[in-house]
Amino acid sequence: MDVLNAIVAFLNFVVIPATAYGAQLALGALGATLVYGVLRFSNFAQGDTMAFGTMVTILMTWWLQSMGVSFGPLPTALLALPVGIAVTAAFLLMTDRIVYRFYRQQRAAPTILVIVSLGVMFVMNGITRLIIGVEEQNFSDGERFVITAREFKEWTGLAEGLAIKTTQAVTLVTAVLVVVWLFWFLQKTRTGKSMRAFSDNEDLALLSGINPNRVVNVTWIIVAALATIAGVLYGLDKSFKPFTYFQLLLPIFAAAVVGGLGNPIGAIAGGFVIAFSEVFVTYAWKKVVTYLVPESMAPDNLIQLLSTDYKIAVSFIILIIVLLFMPTGLFKGKSG
Amino acid sequence: MNKRNLLLFGLLAVLYLATGIFQSWNLAFNILNLGLLSAIMALGVNMQWGYAGLFNTGIMGFVALGGLAVVLTSTAPVPEGWAAGGWGIMAGLAFGVAVIFAGMQIYQRMAKGRARNLALFVLLVGGFFAYRAIFDPAVEAVEAFNPATAGNIGGLGLPSILAWPLGGLLAAVAAWMIGKIALGLRSDYLAIATLGIAEIIIAVLKNEDWLARGVKNIIDLPRPWPVPYEVDLQQSVAFLDWAARYGLDPVTSSSIVVKLLYAVLFGIVLFAVVWLSELALNSPWGRMMRSIRDNEVAAEAMGKDVTRRHLQVFVIGSAVVGFAGAMMTSMDGQLTPGTYNPLRFTFLIWVMVIVGGSGNNWGAVLGGLLIGWLWLIVESLGPGVMSVLTYGLADGVLKTHLVDSAAHMRLLTMGVILLLVLRFSPRGLIPEK
Repeated sequence: MDVLNAIVAFLNFVVIPATAYGAQLALGALGATLVYGVLRFSNFAQGDTMAFGTMVTILMTWWLQSMGVSFGPLPTALLALPVGIAVTAAFLLMTDRIVYRFYRQQRAAPTILVIVSLGVMFVMNGITRLIIGVEEQNFSDGERFVITAREFKEWTGLAEGLAIKTTQAVTLVTAVLVVVWLFWFLQKTRTGKSMRAFSDNEDLALLSGINPNRVVNVTWIIVAALATIAGVLYGLDKSFKPFTYFQLLLPIFAAAVVGGLGNPIGAIAGGFVIAFSEVFVTYAWKKVVTYLVPESMAPDNLIQLLSTDYKIAVSFIILIIVLLFMPTGLFKGKSG
Repeated sequence: MNKRNLLLFGLLAVLYLATGIFQSWNLAFNILNLGLLSAIMALGVNMQWGYAGLFNTGIMGFVALGGLAVVLTSTAPVPEGWAAGGWGIMAGLAFGVAVIFAGMQIYQRMAKGRARNLALFVLLVGGFFAYRAIFDPAVEAVEAFNPATAGNIGGLGLPSILAWPLGGLLAAVAAWMIGKIALGLRSDYLAIATLGIAEIIIAVLKNEDWLARGVKNIIDLPRPWPVPYEVDLQQSVAFLDWAARYGLDPVTSSSIVVKLLYAVLFGIVLFAVVWLSELALNSPWGRMMRSIRDNEVAAEAMGKDVTRRHLQVFVIGSAVVGFAGAMMTSMDGQLTPGTYNPLRFTFLIWVMVIVGGSGNNWGAVLGGLLIGWLWLIVESLGPGVMSVLTYGLADGVLKTHLVDSAAHMRLLTMGVILLLVLRFSPRGLIPEK
């Protein structure tokens, strides 16, 4: 029995990675949920918006690096992030102007808008691949770790190490800042309030003189910021590959739906629910269990519920269970 | 068919002929075969979306299931694999199904409350571990046998052409299960759910090595009955005489003959599907489906069982897609799960249906052949066009990069085409009547 080591192993291999991943998913899901709340369709281009924003940030990072600029121990990409957000916001506003606005004025059915977003997805995917290619890119620099496993072991004298990567710490801090700002914005500012009013009841909001174009434009800018930040954090933590970002669509939607589509708090909760379930189910528990049970009972297999290749099934199963048993999600979202 | 539609199909024929004349007939037939397959898939999607308004983004999954059917039907069985653990795997799967069935019974028969939740939890968790205890050792045993060439249980060793209907059947069974779960959901939830299911099907194909060798791929699948191998043709005296009489190169012409035979087979299937679809669409059943699509509430008030009809058309449409998926794998002669990409096998088919004209079978055929042609021709012409476009640029990193990534132009092209059609001609090239 070695509870302390078990806890450290649990923190190191489950809690920390899942928290970072959960924060990234939560930001992505916030973007999807805002589009759903204000523009009333499921945006299939969300994953590719993340990829696009990350690509711009990576290009900017490379440029900064070539100019000899660095951000000390932090990744240079954080300096490039504002540019990434600005370019993505400009792109989304342009998309809205040329593509989505027409259907909004026609009051097209949500399904039509989803199909339109498929078209946008193709375009963004194509642009990303055309500019940066399909290969994996690592763009993280600066210090790799806040605490390394070796330092932690020397420090505490435990057999298990606990490592915190810089990117994980950066992810959490950024996510908290962004979420705090977003909620302040939605709750306290005039624009934020008009966004919520628009999302609750479009006709009533229009009747009270809210300018719909302004609400929609602000929404797209916030979505661009959220998607770019989520994408850059994910890319720093793991790596950037356009196809992986496209595949993030499912966990992101699962997070948004689990929390209740259109509900920002729900999106955050959903992100963590999905991330923790994914890591819980695909983690090989052998190490933790070995510490907890007497030596004679030590397991000889990995005690892994599902192989990591099936992690997509985890988000999917949670999604289906939630949709079947509580269609409006954990926190009341919009649903029909 | 009116004049305008005939003209559209005529233009399409010109495109294919031009490809044959200006590039090569081999390429033209390649594109034609994939175009015919895409047209069949588009017909399947058109049934779901065009007739019934179901938004299915899991097409890739059904295509892949069709491919799996080819492996399970036409490859030779691996008796050693079966002896090592094939029956154990079957027992494990049967046990898993039994647990799920028992869970459904508990859910339906016990009163709502803590007792039911607890019983379900115990059953599902206990069942899961018991299932793994039966399933895992059997899988390990099967995969241990000669992993370089086998490591799976093999197929039934039946003629390859039988795999086509079986592919449809496999896809239909999967669609029935998926439909039972997901069809009650609102349209965009159905889209998200089917997107996920397709990814899961591909994950299963990639990782369950005992089934179809996963990413180790299955190659050398036998050809369907009337299609000969090029090598055999090149050695057959009759064929060589025939080629010599018309002054043809035996190597090129043998490969063209093979492709032509596939085209004939696929064409027969395509016309059968179109004919049946037209009959169905113009029957009372077709009118009922469209009325459900246009106004579910009214159709329900008229006594139509909307959920049941949705399930029916979802299963039929998926079966058609699975049929085409099986045809594709048997033409390729190999099953490579890594090549199934949702952009190519789900969303491209959607572009075909929308561009062709949703709700119209001939539109789906036109869309399949046209977009299929465009998709492959951009691939072969893209680099050339890009080097012309970048002619003025100095040689350097940028130019090389642009020419290299020309293949990705087609995603962009497809997106732009989809957006343009949706905006300016939302009913497609051949609109619904």
